[in-house]
Amino acid sequence: MSANDLSAPSGRFPAGRMAFPHRDLTAISQLERHEILYLLDQAEQWVELNRQSAKHTDLLSGLTIINAFFENSTRTLLSFEIAGKRLGADVVNMHAATSSVKKGETLIDTAITLNAMRADAIVIRHGSSGATGLIADKVDCPVLNAGDGSHEHPTQALLDALTLRHALDERGEASEDFTGLKVVICGDILHSRVARSNILCLTALGADVRVCAPPALMPSGIEAMGVSVSHNFDAAIKGVDVVMMLRLQAERMSGQFIPSAREYRHLYGLTKARLALADAEALVMHPGPMNRGVEIDSEVADMDTRSLITRQVEMGVAIRMACLDILTRGARGVEGWS
Amino acid sequence: MKQATPLTITNAQLVTPAGIVRGAIRCAEGVIAALGADVSAQDGDAALDARGKLIAPGLVDLCVFAVDKPAFHFGGITRAALMPDQSPPLDLPSRVGFIAKSGKPDLWVHPLAAATRGLEGSELAELALMQQAGARGIATGRRWIADSGVMLWLLQYAAMLDLVVVAHAEDAGLAGSAVATSGEIATRLGLPAAPAEAEALAIARDIALADLAGAKLHFRQVTTAQGFDLVRAAKARGLPVTCGITPAHFMLSDLATADYRTFARIAPPLRSEADRQAARAAIADGTVDVIASGHDPRGPEDKRLPFADAAPGMAGAETLLAMTLNLVRDDVIDLPRVFDLLARNPARLLGVAAGELAEGHEADLALIDPDAPWIIDRRKMEATADNTPFDRQGAQGRVLGLWKGGVKVAA
Repeated sequence: MSANDLSAPSGRFPAGRMAFPHRDLTAISQLERHEILYLLDQAEQWVELNRQSAKHTDLLSGLTIINAFFENSTRTLLSFEIAGKRLGADVVNMHAATSSVKKGETLIDTAITLNAMRADAIVIRHGSSGATGLIADKVDCPVLNAGDGSHEHPTQALLDALTLRHALDERGEASEDFTGLKVVICGDILHSRVARSNILCLTALGADVRVCAPPALMPSGIEAMGVSVSHNFDAAIKGVDVVMMLRLQAERMSGQFIPSAREYRHLYGLTKARLALADAEALVMHPGPMNRGVEIDSEVADMDTRSLITRQVEMGVAIRMACLDILTRGARGVEGWS
Repeated sequence: MKQATPLTITNAQLVTPAGIVRGAIRCAEGVIAALGADVSAQDGDAALDARGKLIAPGLVDLCVFAVDKPAFHFGGITRAALMPDQSPPLDLPSRVGFIAKSGKPDLWVHPLAAATRGLEGSELAELALMQQAGARGIATGRRWIADSGVMLWLLQYAAMLDLVVVAHAEDAGLAGSAVATSGEIATRLGLPAAPAEAEALAIARDIALADLAGAKLHFRQVTTAQGFDLVRAAKARGLPVTCGITPAHFMLSDLATADYRTFARIAPPLRSEADRQAARAAIADGTVDVIASGHDPRGPEDKRLPFADAAPGMAGAETLLAMTLNLVRDDVIDLPRVFDLLARNPARLLGVAAGELAEGHEADLALIDPDAPWIIDRRKMEATADNTPFDRQGAQGRVLGLWKGGVKVAA
């Protein structure tokens, strides 16, 4: 495979850079429907590659990718690291989580430092909403948002969309987008960047999205994002095609927002009985890591045919490979992308 | 610096509480000696031709967080009430006494005494001693006093001393660590947000307590429709309740934060467009008594941060007059009312003989061209920091000259 083959326009999209005219990937809110579809299409080749035993290309050979994580992460960091390495890039991880590097001028100084080291792409996770955009303004290379505060986690939404697309395809329900698909997102919507990115991505692709949370964990005005709102999971889950559960942070279920974990499970846990209220074939998703027995029961999480949770992890690598490929095309001199 | 030579400014439009008067104003020994159509310069007076521009009282800014003389003089401010939120806080007579003298002679700073020690909201500070040292009012600081018992004692004590209490109106339990107002914008941005009702809750409680104590209560900033309704109702009942606002809340809504611009991070946070419109209506109908700058210059170490991590506050002194004059062009208020809001009412709340053009008052005067166009440019500001949310906006209204006690201090 040569670089040019990989980035050849598929015919459905504008040629070259016009297919994805962004330097950075900071938020789904910045993307048009066709740009999301382009990213998903481009990821398909990496899904295939990742299923072979030899999973390496030299596409990004010589490029340096820095994963700057200001917040603890295991799976997202690993996923980005594997994605970069499979594309042949030199990947460096910087852990600055929770410790000294929390104050903002340090954040900008860190950005300037990384920039001076001539990174070719920087992947950032930070605990404050908008932090990735702030850094993107200060550096000369593409910036990928791996989660900023309660704002967005765009690659998670893209990998969820890719996962859904594959699952629907295997059932013979393949279609260009998710028009008419009923999705419920349940959990801590207020603090969830995964929820915000997924709402934007799924609605952009035509899905009918409901969000469900206790009142204290539901942000006000969320209806303006084109979703319907419910506090009653039994009602919200009725007849849906996809149930997307969110992780509930332990510190939020000990009296501050939720009286207790078992009470949360009572009202919002995805049990087998509750899943039975959804469409008979309804698919189950969770961004991980799961609190088994709290927001999701093991017997649901581990259902072979219905649970897409491990598939989400697989698609994560492919999506991140696609993003890294597309965002570095300009620097690599790919025709039509300078 | 005492005024050595009497000054007469002729050919002016004098902004008096009763209306605009074409004529001259004569100042001697630091006070206004005469004004009106039939006043003229006497032998030995310094004379100035205003060429038909406005002569208005120097602005009395209630309140500011920093003393920033170049910015105040640019903005036509001759007196400023300083909030006690300093480092260390103004909770001791010695600190108040020092601040009270700090700006003289060309700027008078009126310190507001911290209501409670360390502004912690639990123990009353030495309010009578601070009054003796020069405090012109009492302020709860950036924070609300959560304990209703403490607030009642404070208001009773302030009533005894005949000092106004300047209160911050945000229920702390609801506001928590919020940096935005609950609603679509905060939700899309993923920012910690509190419902606008946090303001009304605080106002309702404090009005009830002030009524009980018979105290003068001034809400430094009221920014929501429900808050204005409560103040309006309290005034209708004849209570000595007043309120202020800064231009940010009648010029901007939470839309201004949509790109995480930290210059629009202020406290209380920017509100919805409906609340902004309610603010303009409250200014028009007299519910609002004071427009202040809330001047709080903040450098990049406080502002070049993710939105929620940035310090709140804006540098407002230079844009205060021009932003308020927008209300005249928009037919919300007339010119004399502009100077009621910017000078006369705040001077009355502080109990100082200034803030209006009247015989015997301090000769604090501003020569103003209300139509002079300019571009607000943060790179060219006089303030110690450039954090204005109005950067690159067009504005009208400039101060051409400023006198404190009859002595020229700027331009």
